[in-house]
Formats: sequence, C-alpha cells, structure tokens
Amino acid sequence: MRLIPKEVETLWTLFTAPVVWIAHFLVCYIGAAIYCAKPELVGLSFSAVRAGIAAATVIALSLIALSAWLAWRQWGFGTDDPPHDDPTSRDRSLFQGFATLLLSGLSFIAVIFTAMPALFLTECIR
Amino acid sequence: MGRYFSLSAASLLLASGHAGARSVLEPVGEEAQQIAVLFWVMLSGGALIWLGVVALLLHAALFKRHGMNERSASRIILWGGVVFPSVTLCALLAYALWLMPGLRPFTQAMGSTALRIEITGRQFWWEVVYHPPQGPPVTSANEIRLPVGERVELTLKSADVIHSFWIPPLGGKMDMIPGRTNRLSLLATKPGAFRGPCAEYCGTSHALMAFSAVAMEPEAFRSWLAGQANPAESAGASGGALFLRHGCGSCHFVAGTDARGLIGPDLSHLGSRITVGAGILPNTEDAIARFIARPELIKPGSRMPAFDMLPPDDIRAIAAWLRGLQ
Repeated sequence: MRLIPKEVETLWTLFTAPVVWIAHFLVCYIGAAIYCAKPELVGLSFSAVRAGIAAATVIALSLIALSAWLAWRQWGFGTDDPPHDDPTSRDRSLFQGFATLLLSGLSFIAVIFTAMPALFLTECIR
Repeated sequence: MGRYFSLSAASLLLASGHAGARSVLEPVGEEAQQIAVLFWVMLSGGALIWLGVVALLLHAALFKRHGMNERSASRIILWGGVVFPSVTLCALLAYALWLMPGLRPFTQAMGSTALRIEITGRQFWWEVVYHPPQGPPVTSANEIRLPVGERVELTLKSADVIHSFWIPPLGGKMDMIPGRTNRLSLLATKPGAFRGPCAEYCGTSHALMAFSAVAMEPEAFRSWLAGQANPAESAGASGGALFLRHGCGSCHFVAGTDARGLIGPDLSHLGSRITVGAGILPNTEDAIARFIARPELIKPGSRMPAFDMLPPDDIRAIAAWLRGLQ
C-alpha cells in the first residue's frame, strides 16, 4: 500500500499520528462539552457519549497503529540504527520514518490518556 | 505606617485566632480524606522515583567508569525512559480519575432532604444563605456551619469577580464565577472550627478574605439554625437606635429592625460569629469598633466608608449592640 508516490518527498506522513491525536482530542472534548451544555439538543444519554468516545478512540488508535506500521516500513523495519544524519535521500527517508514511529508512539499514549476520563465519569457535572 | 501596623496586627490575629486550624493534611471531611491519601501516594511515589534516579546517577558517576554498549543503552532508554514513565503515569492517571466521582458526588446529595447552602463571593466577603429542606431560607455572612455526618450541597456564585471557595480540611477548592453557579458537596466527619480562605486572587484584600467554617453535631446544628431564623435580642438598645440613625441600615440587614440594606454583610447574628471582617479579626467589641471607624485600614479596598467622624461613644455603643446580636 502506498498513498504517496515514493519519489515525492513530503513531511505530511510525519504529522499523521499527531493530527489524529488532535482530531480525537477535539472530538472528545467538544462532543462532551456540547452534550453537557445542551443535553436536550443531542437527545442522548451520557452512556451514548461515552460509547462515542470509545468508538473515536478505537478509530484513532487504529489510524495511529497504521501510521506506525508505515513508519516502521519507511524506517526499513529497524535494519539501520540511528542517527540517520548523512546528507542523502536514503538517510533522510530513514530519519523521517524513525521520527514518525516515535511520534506515533507518543500519539498512541496521548490518545489513551485523553479517553481515560470517559472510563470513570458517568455523568455531566455542572 | 498606620496601615502597615494594622495589617500586621490583622495577620497576627489571623494566625492566633485560628490557632489549631486544620490543614489539608489533617482531613476531617470525606473528600479531603481522599485528597490526603492521593497526596501521600503521589509524594511517596515521587520520593521513590527520585531516590532511584539519584542512585542511578551516583552509580554512573562513581562506579561506572567505562562506556556502555549501544544495545544495552538503547534498552535502558526504552524501559526506563519510555515504558516505565508511560505505565506509571497511566496508573497514576487512572487512580486520580477513579477518585473523581467520589470527590464530586452530586447526584446522591441532590435528594430533597439535603441542606443546601448558597454562598456568594463578594469583594471581600461571603454572603451565606441556608436553604433547609423545611422552613424558610436563613441569611448570614462570613461563617458557614454544617452538620457532621450529613452531606451538604453548596451552590457557589460570585457577584463581582472570580473567587474560589475552599475549606482545606473538608474538601477541594471550587471557583465562584460571575454569571455561573458551581456546585460542591461536602461531608464533615468530625466537629470543629476551620478557616476557609478565598483561593483565587480577587483584588486588593484577597488575602484578607476568609470565613470560618464550623462543623457541628447534627442536633446542635439544627437548633442553631432555628435560632438564626429568628431576630436576635441585644441589650443596649441605644446602640441599635444609633445604628439606624447613622445610616448603617442602608447597607446592612439586621433582622427584626428597620435595617434592610443588602449591599454589605447581613449582621442579624453578628455576635454569634467566631470572627468579624470576613475571617480576619476576633469577634470583640473593640474589633467591631475599629472596623466601623476605619474599614480601609483593616480591609483595603472595602466598599464600606469610614465612620470615624462619629463620636467615639456612638461607635462603641453600636459595636456593643452588634456584639450582643447573638
């Protein structure tokens, strides 16, 4: 699977996981805020909000895992050790793959931390 | 000079007036108890990790003279720098989140049998209205009494700027935000008198904005509340007449008299409170008289004008009358 042609050098793959983290954060916080401010507008129970957060979390974690796998592949499955600091396009690609892999790990943990309150909170508190 | 003197006198009184006032580390409330346990867990965990890091540092500096191969160094970074912090933070976060519903137990407290106390923060004092399950509301100021062993719901508001309500040995803080009603519930487990400070900077006299909180046995609390619902009798009626003649009643309310002002604190039972001036002076005739004469010396930025143009005998008579409103 290749979303971007190999000859195109782009930094976008690097940002994929953090962008998923941002999107998940906004969905969780804005969703909960709207529900708690105007429950009658949404017309759902708080359990539905928690289920929505769970679904968003599963989607976000899957996307981040996919991004991590692609990064792992770009990094050559760890065949070369960092630092990838030669001025060659190969090292540039390996460096980007490794950096993406690390950012994916950070985003994965961050998404879990963002979602954890929904495990324990059972009502809107105002 | 005078201002500095009176300010330091006030802080001395603050310290002595509440000698033995409990802190967050001596909890007597259900919420504060959990917060204290959380604090000790965090402190011991932090201390252990700090000791571990320092031990590693000493080990590296004193005994580990030769380098480490790249493979074991990477392994240390992976386990010590990624896996361990992530797992530890995850566990701590889970523990803190698990505590949260217990720290903010609202739905259980919402029963119609619960006492509700409405508290409004004002620069620089607290308006307190008790809403008992039966009977009319009871208004007071700068002192909050609550029954031991019963969950009380607090409705927190602000009339001007952001204040924050806090009784350290009973529970956590909750902000009072203009235009918003925040809710807090507290359950005191032991009787006692505590000091509650304003916990959000609110202006010149923020540090001088406090209240007394008194947890009482339920029976004593109920008879106290019933007493507060009726006007107080005070000897020295001349002081009462002077209070009205000098216009104090246009800002202050005193039940059973023509003093019907709503700008300043309700003084109906001032004599029964532990402190005057919102938690900063002991409740004595002398302190009341000093406050009447020069409020800005005791509480800079206070909206109450100075009344030191009154004859000193009048001020003393008013102070004696107010002190007698038990």
